[in-house]
Amino acid sequence: MAIRIPKPPIPGRRRPPPPGDNHGNGQVALKDQAEEVAAGVVGWVDERTGATGFMKGMLFRKVPKGTNWFYTLGSATMFAFLSQAVTGVFLAMYYDPNPDRAYDSVQHITNDVWLGSLVRGMHRWGATVMIVLIFLHMGRTFFFGAYKYPRELNWVVGVVLLVLTLGMGFTGYLLPFDQRSFWATVVGVNINGTGPVIGPYLSDFLRAGPEFGATTLSRFYAIHMLLIPGLIAALIAVHLYLVVKLGTTAPPWMRAKVPEVEQEKV
Amino acid sequence: MADHTETERLAGTAGGDGVSPTRPATDGAGAELAPRLPKAKPAGYFEGETMTRRALFSGGALAAGGIAGAAIMLPAIGFAVGPVFEEKDFPWQNVGPPSDFSSDNYTPKSFSMVTDVNEAGKTIAYIRKRNPDIDPPGSDEYLAISTRCAHLGCPVRWVAPAQRFVCPCHGGVYDALGRVEGGPPVRPLDRFKTRVQNGQVQIGPRYSVNSDLERFSARDPGEPLDGLWKYLYPKRFTVPSVSG
Repeated sequence: MAIRIPKPPIPGRRRPPPPGDNHGNGQVALKDQAEEVAAGVVGWVDERTGATGFMKGMLFRKVPKGTNWFYTLGSATMFAFLSQAVTGVFLAMYYDPNPDRAYDSVQHITNDVWLGSLVRGMHRWGATVMIVLIFLHMGRTFFFGAYKYPRELNWVVGVVLLVLTLGMGFTGYLLPFDQRSFWATVVGVNINGTGPVIGPYLSDFLRAGPEFGATTLSRFYAIHMLLIPGLIAALIAVHLYLVVKLGTTAPPWMRAKVPEVEQEKV
Repeated sequence: MADHTETERLAGTAGGDGVSPTRPATDGAGAELAPRLPKAKPAGYFEGETMTRRALFSGGALAAGGIAGAAIMLPAIGFAVGPVFEEKDFPWQNVGPPSDFSSDNYTPKSFSMVTDVNEAGKTIAYIRKRNPDIDPPGSDEYLAISTRCAHLGCPVRWVAPAQRFVCPCHGGVYDALGRVEGGPPVRPLDRFKTRVQNGQVQIGPRYSVNSDLERFSARDPGEPLDGLWKYLYPKRFTVPSVSG
């Protein structure tokens, strides 16, 4: 039986309204005009990009029976990342990565800027939420066996994303530049330095020198708001592409239904 | 070459005298079970084109892209990694006249380890005069011990009644010479070079010691220096080597 894919709510090219549909006085209703304009814009873009086909393939792809709320954890993680990206961009408007002024600028954001404590709070708690969601998503993938062939590569990409996100947590922790974040970063860099052979050089790279200095803060800031987010965004695109390409798995408790014809043979 | 047709060359049989690399060179009958089909022509193929020309252009495009990418990435990476290979100067600093220090107890002295981060760049060293009773022969006139714990870098405190350095974070304990007595630290407390100039005790670059108090260039906390460990945690380019 052919599976019927629902039509997307995207209008096609509108035909002119049939005669008699214009309230008898030859004028087109405002609502119809508005619809005409919207459909025209969508149609114009679609004709030049083929976006509808792409959206149809992505949004109306088949999912296995038994798909449940656990399958939303990946999207939840992505929205946590988007929330971090948006709040982070706006925090950067007030933040000053200078060791003399970093702490004061964070205090300014928290106490003086309108809604500053809310946006900073979203970024601060969103970081924790994102880590929690990643591990829940990872647990779902593991316990549902969704990492198995042919999805191993997506698991690997996901692990890289996990490590990058932990790197975001590590580099972002320094930015308030209070006693706690300073010493936590000193200890974190020292832990990193205990890696044999390359550890000491990696520590020097993170600090931009043998000791924790002024460049360390701006370096962490650049890594935190440009380098790692760019990598994460690119890898999320790869991760999503593979999800759409390979499809999702059914939960392990779902059994393949044997067609009735074969049952009769048995 | 002249006696081969274009199709044969495309199929990869050129110059092979009829023996394709994809087929074992069996001379016996029955080897040719399936008739060989000419390979499909690649997209954009035009009559008279050779694969060599196509390969040259693909390779050239890739090489040009690679050179352009390298021209961007190499300077950028070098820019970011540069500080790893740059030795930082550590100026000698006055910490007080010799009368500030005794030979039977440590005096804490604050000074700037890093000059451009204000209070965060300050650190404390415990300094005392050489004591022939406990210091090994040939050691410096003044002993300056870093407060940075050799476990993960927390600040240790000198507890005079116990004659021990104690770390508040994870319970590292060091004796009066800075050698590990207990807890997680992996090597003795680091030290600073000292000298007396113009009536002032001066403090210089930091250096590390192993459990025999042999000197090494400054290491980060958590990096052991005994036995083979010193090869796993080599000297960094950013710190001066130890001399005398």
